[in-house]
Amino acid sequence: MSKVLMISPEKCLGCRSCELICSFHREGAFNPKQAALSVLTFEEAAISVPVMCMQCEEAACSKVCPSEALSKNASGTVVVDENKCIGCKFCISACPFGNVNYHPVERKIIKCDLCGGDSNCAKVCPTGAIEFKEANVANLRKKKAVADKFKEVFGEASV
Amino acid sequence: MFGWKGTLLRVNLTEKTIQKEPLNMKDAELYLGARGLGTKYVIDEVDPKVEPFSPENKVIFMTGPLTGTFAACSGRYVVVTKAPLTGTIGASNSGGHFGPELKFAGYDGIIFEGKADGPVYLYINDDQVEIRSAAHLWGKDVHETTDLLVTETEEDARVACIGPAGERLVKFATIMNDKHRAAGRSGLGAVMGSKNLKAVVVRGTGAVAVAQPDAFLAASMDARTKLKAHPVTGVGLPTYGTEVLVNVLNQSGALPTKNFASGKFDRADETGGETLREKYLVRNKGCFGCSIGCARVTRISDGPYQGFGEGPEYEAGWSYGANCGIHDLAAITKANFICNELGLDPITMGATIACAMEMIKKGILSREQVGRDLVFGDADAIVELTRQTGLRVGFGDQLAEGSYRLAESYGCPELSMTVKKQELPAYDPRGVQGMGLEYATSNRGGCHVRGYLTAPEILGVPEKLDPLTTEGKAFWLKIFQDLTAVIDSAGICLFTSLGIGLPEIAAQIRTALGWDCSDEAILELGERIWNLEKLFNLKAGFSKADDTLPKRLLEEPLPDGPAKGKVVELEPMLEEYYALRGWNADGIPTAEKTKALTIEG
Repeated sequence: MSKVLMISPEKCLGCRSCELICSFHREGAFNPKQAALSVLTFEEAAISVPVMCMQCEEAACSKVCPSEALSKNASGTVVVDENKCIGCKFCISACPFGNVNYHPVERKIIKCDLCGGDSNCAKVCPTGAIEFKEANVANLRKKKAVADKFKEVFGEASV
Repeated sequence: MFGWKGTLLRVNLTEKTIQKEPLNMKDAELYLGARGLGTKYVIDEVDPKVEPFSPENKVIFMTGPLTGTFAACSGRYVVVTKAPLTGTIGASNSGGHFGPELKFAGYDGIIFEGKADGPVYLYINDDQVEIRSAAHLWGKDVHETTDLLVTETEEDARVACIGPAGERLVKFATIMNDKHRAAGRSGLGAVMGSKNLKAVVVRGTGAVAVAQPDAFLAASMDARTKLKAHPVTGVGLPTYGTEVLVNVLNQSGALPTKNFASGKFDRADETGGETLREKYLVRNKGCFGCSIGCARVTRISDGPYQGFGEGPEYEAGWSYGANCGIHDLAAITKANFICNELGLDPITMGATIACAMEMIKKGILSREQVGRDLVFGDADAIVELTRQTGLRVGFGDQLAEGSYRLAESYGCPELSMTVKKQELPAYDPRGVQGMGLEYATSNRGGCHVRGYLTAPEILGVPEKLDPLTTEGKAFWLKIFQDLTAVIDSAGICLFTSLGIGLPEIAAQIRTALGWDCSDEAILELGERIWNLEKLFNLKAGFSKADDTLPKRLLEEPLPDGPAKGKVVELEPMLEEYYALRGWNADGIPTAEKTKALTIEG
């Protein structure tokens, strides 16, 4: 069963450690603007939301790529084959979520590849606002919260 | 280049010129960065006797080698200048995201010289650097200014600016960045105001590299993991913020109450972190690279003090709270919001109001002079007088000079709870003896973040010391002062030192810069920085007579609590401290000491 990135914005501190580690694993230096994910902070609503590629099953970036450089690998991650990429940047326009970026110096596509199945953003997040786990397991926690309500209302009285 | 970008911006506001110059790498090795390196530039380029508001004074923004990296809590930058409140070296650092952004734009720091002939701001977008008119921003508060600047530049730009208080040369005006973070103490915002410099806006898209990437990552993760596991940085600060200290200090009988009349406030709990969490906390926030998240986003939804913003921190919670005899946390929080909006230091603001309250009580000030009764406990007063001070209207114009100048002008300077004219923070040194020595010797006057002995004396970090005795305090203070200078100069947050120590901090510095040196050699950088600051102050005219405390703390015993009957036994601690520092009996670094530390000039 493949893992997914799960975000809990209510836990996010807005520290951008995820941006730092992402850029570090891509270019060996710290450069948040060239990370594959971004943390967006909404001042008045007092919330920060980490936004990153969710590895669409029907990936627009892959569909629009004229050189078949973007494709799904065996574990379902949409990855860039740099040998095939011609740098046309159509994928940047195609992604409806803004999750494909372009490195102006290295002149190549920046796109989340889940760090080859070992997502570093989730590993360094200090509050668990980004987690990398099996979707069913992550959801079970939310389902349990709902189930607890039913238990309270309909369960046998217990103290 | 590792840790550094290698380039400084030199902006002459009189001539309207902008130059890029190489960072002085020799000094960067001797003084590490941020606070240390900024001070070195000031001492090399500014006459210590300069009038702080004259064009000859300079304002230096400086980052450290860890700023913008993955190091734990790496969001800091510092502003260094000659401070208007104290006349000492002024160095205040701040978190948020502004400092790292400056590095990403390609600059380690900015030196502002001269004085613009009208309001300006500096705009930096990577290589593009411009002095622009700020005529449309003059008079606007910090929030409006920040929003307008982001709108007229780039959506992801970061802003450091002054509010109306800085423009009006309030002696304790702050420089605010990312709206809610402050280079808070000693009135550095007023120096910006004196130069007609409203703001610095920066956007950067570059990288910061480190010398030993794998080792650096390991050192940073080690530091972060330990901070997470520590009860103070992993539980106390994230859960309750710095305000967690209100009840702790009150229980120790060292929460200064009603202008240091007492160390116990009977309604302290109503102003503490637990109450703040329950009533007004919206969410925790962290600065850049922070794994602690002590910042409080707060909202007051109803009543007379509605508002939204950040804080209060412990020091503001105290200065407006116990120190003014106020238990209404909504009023305290509102007054703190106004400080952030107008660009005021809430420690000095609250403490100056508390001083005025005592002057009223003693009949030195009259109701007519102040425009209200101003008794201890007057919650409306802190909100209204903070606003008046930021705008320098009404009685606020007198409060804007700080408590020392206010009290002195009425012939009662002894009622000002200051050292070197800067207001003491929230620890009564009669109940935390080491803090007395810390206040007396701090290179920027009354201040808690130059050698936080509250950590060992109250919190038991790294080991528990008896707060009521003087034994060992000088020894520990030297270590704390030197380590703090290292932390402030590296570009990381001082709060890391509540959960990790020299080994973890030194490991991050070494691997970022590719240095091969011992932990002790890193700590010695701190000692060099401390001595350099001291030399600036000596040249500015300070002497041993200034390394003292308000008479009240030396002569009037605490009336209640665990420290009942105590005064600060300063003299023996001071004597021991000077000796440990290798200074003579007058507190002057000996020639052997400065030579051993290779300090020039």
